[in-house]
Amino acid sequence: MTDLLPGELETIRTDFRELGLKDRLQLLLEFSNELPELPAHYLEHPDLLERVEECQSPVFIFVDIDEENIVHLYATAPRESPTTRGFASILVQGLKGLTVDQVLGVPDDYPQDLGLTEAVSPLRIRGMTALLGRTKRQIREKLAA
Amino acid sequence: MAVEVDTTPKFAEYAHPERLVSAEWVEAHLDTPGVVVVESDEDVLLYETGHIRGAVKIDWHTDLNDPVERDYIDGAEFADLLGRKGISRDSTVVIYGDKNNWWAAYALWVFTLFGHDDVRLLDGGRAKWEADGREYTTAAESAESVEYPVVERDDAAIRAFKEDVLAHFGNPLIDVRSPEEYSGARTTAPAYPEEGALRAGHIPTAMSVPWGKAAADDGTFRTLDELNALYRDGAGLTDGDNVIAYCRIGERSAHTWFVLTHLLGFEGVRNYDGSWTEWGSAVRVPIVRGTEPGDVPAAR
Repeated sequence: MTDLLPGELETIRTDFRELGLKDRLQLLLEFSNELPELPAHYLEHPDLLERVEECQSPVFIFVDIDEENIVHLYATAPRESPTTRGFASILVQGLKGLTVDQVLGVPDDYPQDLGLTEAVSPLRIRGMTALLGRTKRQIREKLAA
Repeated sequence: MAVEVDTTPKFAEYAHPERLVSAEWVEAHLDTPGVVVVESDEDVLLYETGHIRGAVKIDWHTDLNDPVERDYIDGAEFADLLGRKGISRDSTVVIYGDKNNWWAAYALWVFTLFGHDDVRLLDGGRAKWEADGREYTTAAESAESVEYPVVERDDAAIRAFKEDVLAHFGNPLIDVRSPEEYSGARTTAPAYPEEGALRAGHIPTAMSVPWGKAAADDGTFRTLDELNALYRDGAGLTDGDNVIAYCRIGERSAHTWFVLTHLLGFEGVRNYDGSWTEWGSAVRVPIVRGTEPGDVPAAR
């Protein structure tokens, strides 16, 4: 029995795992289509974004922490890389509203836990693991600063 | 080949013009009986965002690779896959995809392991199709299942294993990875995930010809003259050579295998799909670092 995760992360995990392999891909595509546009501030300052080198396609992230210690993750990836967009979108939606401690407490193997490994292959899942890892690293760097 | 070949003048220059079709040809043959269009991409969801009408999807990870052992699916699994995709043994299969047909060429190579006779590439793949302003559909895949015979895979002709490479020294090897991977500055393609090789560098004597050089800016294959300049003048290949190509896991080198075999007409070209993820982690195999090919290693 896995521990319950905070907020949307648990719902997303349950949603994926209740589906068959083919429908999991379809759900990932829906996430991909739902990745929000970057706020204007970041569109004008691409230098603020960090490239996730472990992903096969160009994906950039930026993490913001507000006064209430809530984490805001922003991500952008091209339309022709729907899988990467889907991974980013899962994390953007899953981490929404979580505190710094909650995000840092998300298990590093959360991406492997979605039941997507068989649907997209273990190699491709590494991209999402890297996204989560870099998100946590940015949080730690900001806390230390 | 049951369905007529594409007579585009550019293709006629190549050794096997029947292996390429243009976007015009594909558009004109979408409803031709016996033609099945297959999309094969790096991104497992790209097909779902829009694909050529009637095309079916074959994914290199989830369809063509064995999920347990590092090998391809077997004859029964291939027969099941192709049957479900509406492909018969005598179908004319046209494969296209993203990234200069990188994965499409890989799928074509796997089809060839099973001896599927008539399999062609759409020159330029998705990039050219889109640049031409041609249409995609997001309609769900709908193929009527057919019978595909169980044919055992024949690895001998076009696939090389590590032992074959060790016995191959003195014959040409082509390393199709990036210059950084070749020299040993890194073990993965720039901007690609680490796939785990313990050592960096290249197989001794291998000439460096990054795979993407075979593609023009619009994603189509370069002309015969340009390809000859790359592989014959540049890498020193001559007729009658017995060539092995490799990359990191055998996909980029499948693209080069296609170029050498079907466009330039070299015979007996083999793709070493174990490639750097095997060689770079294997015990007691010779490795050269730096930008020079290096010498034939002494027998060990």
